[in-house]
Amino acid sequence: MKETTLNGEQPPNGDASPRGYLEAKGFWSWAYTLDHKRIGVMYLYTTLFFFLLGGVFALLIRIKLMFPGQYIFTNQTYNVLFTMHGALMIFLFIIPAIPSGLGNFFIPMHIGARDVAFPRLNLLSYWVFVAGIVVILFSLIRPMDTGWTFYTPYSARTAADVTTLSFGVFLIGMSSILTGLNFLVTIHKLRAPGMTWHRMPLFIWSMYATSIIQVLATPVVGITFLLLAMERVLGVGFFDPAKGGDPILFQHFFWFYSHPVVYVMILPAMGIISEIVPAFSRKPIFGYNAIAYSSVAIAVFGFFVWGHHMFVTGMSSTAAIIFSLLTYSVAIPTAIKVFNWIATMYKGSITFESPMLYALTFIFLFVVGGLTGMFLGALGADIHVHDTYFIVAHFHYTMVGGTVMGLLAGLHYWFPKMTGRMLSEKMARPAWLLMFIGFNVTFFTQFILGFEGMPRRYAEYPAQYQALNIVSTVGSWILAAGILIMFANFVHGLFRGPPAPPNPWKALSLEWQTGSPPPTENYPEIPTVTDWPYGYAGKQT
Amino acid sequence: MKEHKSGNVTYIAVWAALVVLTAVTVAVSYVHLGMMNVVVALLVASVKASLVALFFMHLRYESRLVWGFALTPIFFLILIIAGTLSDTLFR
Repeated sequence: MKETTLNGEQPPNGDASPRGYLEAKGFWSWAYTLDHKRIGVMYLYTTLFFFLLGGVFALLIRIKLMFPGQYIFTNQTYNVLFTMHGALMIFLFIIPAIPSGLGNFFIPMHIGARDVAFPRLNLLSYWVFVAGIVVILFSLIRPMDTGWTFYTPYSARTAADVTTLSFGVFLIGMSSILTGLNFLVTIHKLRAPGMTWHRMPLFIWSMYATSIIQVLATPVVGITFLLLAMERVLGVGFFDPAKGGDPILFQHFFWFYSHPVVYVMILPAMGIISEIVPAFSRKPIFGYNAIAYSSVAIAVFGFFVWGHHMFVTGMSSTAAIIFSLLTYSVAIPTAIKVFNWIATMYKGSITFESPMLYALTFIFLFVVGGLTGMFLGALGADIHVHDTYFIVAHFHYTMVGGTVMGLLAGLHYWFPKMTGRMLSEKMARPAWLLMFIGFNVTFFTQFILGFEGMPRRYAEYPAQYQALNIVSTVGSWILAAGILIMFANFVHGLFRGPPAPPNPWKALSLEWQTGSPPPTENYPEIPTVTDWPYGYAGKQT
Repeated sequence: MKEHKSGNVTYIAVWAALVVLTAVTVAVSYVHLGMMNVVVALLVASVKASLVALFFMHLRYESRLVWGFALTPIFFLILIIAGTLSDTLFR
């Protein structure tokens, strides 16, 4: 990277204003912006809003589950609540948050570009996303009760407004495709002089892999929802056995998208961890090539394993055996990453500022989530715990313990760069501790509940499971307290935080070599890159 | 955009080929070949799609990178068909 290291002074940024890209004010300066940084910030606000809303649904679900029988809500309301929790969290928060939010902001900055390849397409993708949200909220008039997976034949027959919600998701998917396409072209075409593929930050490798999945997998779910809508509106029998269709075919199509998309959720988070671990260990990343190629390998292998969601649905045992074997292939590149992060930390000068705390939490919780996924990939074990709370615990360990912790690591790491202000470490640490404790109390108990046989999705359960359910609900309150303190810290930092220097963490990637917040054009001059961004001890290992 | 040689003659020839192949599809649908009806229809459709991509969409004159992006999704199409058949053929 550039020789200059900036530890305190603002570099000459071309803009007269110290507020950089945040200088222009007013609604239209945001709504019409073509600046990738502003579009990224709009995505972050939107997705974090739905994180909080989905979280409120989760808290309501947990309160109801303190009691085995019907309590507070009718069972139908409970069905709607868990459907909306799933659908909002998946489609409006966890899929777009890192790629469209942090990815939009930092891909051009990381590769030394002034913007993405197609800035207008970028703005279009945001407003298509908003249109999708409006349609999804419109569907709440007759709210969905199918679970976020829309399984047929129930989804083809229910009176709930499946057609509207699936059209909303169709639009969200279109936005996702446009963003992925934009990033692919940006990474191919706009790298600064000297930024070869093997000098790119690992976040870019992971975003490249993510974009491949977005472009290749998302059209499949779009078409599937179109087929579902045709079945509901026109009565064409694709999935309903009464009309000559095959309900399991819907699951094949759905998971052909929805399994690869879990890597849309996790790969960008892994990219963030690959940036933070070397910066806070003051050591060059260990195994750069292995981490980079494993991102692409995860993206490709992720397409071969969708059948593992369907072991107990009546799929042929031949297919089940093939998918079970293939599922294990994804574990290899994932483990490669974890071992390389640990090797990077080995004998490093590790400091525990809040980004590193979240990064370490990611590694710990994601390993638990990943290894329990291996239980589920095994045919026999899966039949025992399928559709129990074991699954719920497993994917919350990967999605919250993994993706959300990665997002929060990234937000704490890049907050000074995005806003020009520092967060309070005094607030960040207790917030992190509460979240760590609350998360494990909530979800580790669900591993036990699942193993003991408590089924997921049901509103009522046998009284024998009540004690652990109360523990889990109390855990959700501790988790929520941590999240509230963290958001209070964000708000406080945004308005009252002390001004951030350009490079508070003394990191080496390009975005830290310009002002905080960056000027509109990112760099006064396009930088020339001479080295990789991980030369912390001066040498490449 | 690269210079290339395909002029109006090529475009008209491709268009004529597409019309002929459409006629073939319609004609074959009147002949009973059993399962082969589907195979022939898909084969003709694939040839037509290839002609459109190669000439009308200029794939023939593009770089290897563009070829890579054009062919990759076909691999994933084969994957979704093969994976789904591994279920439906062995139930």
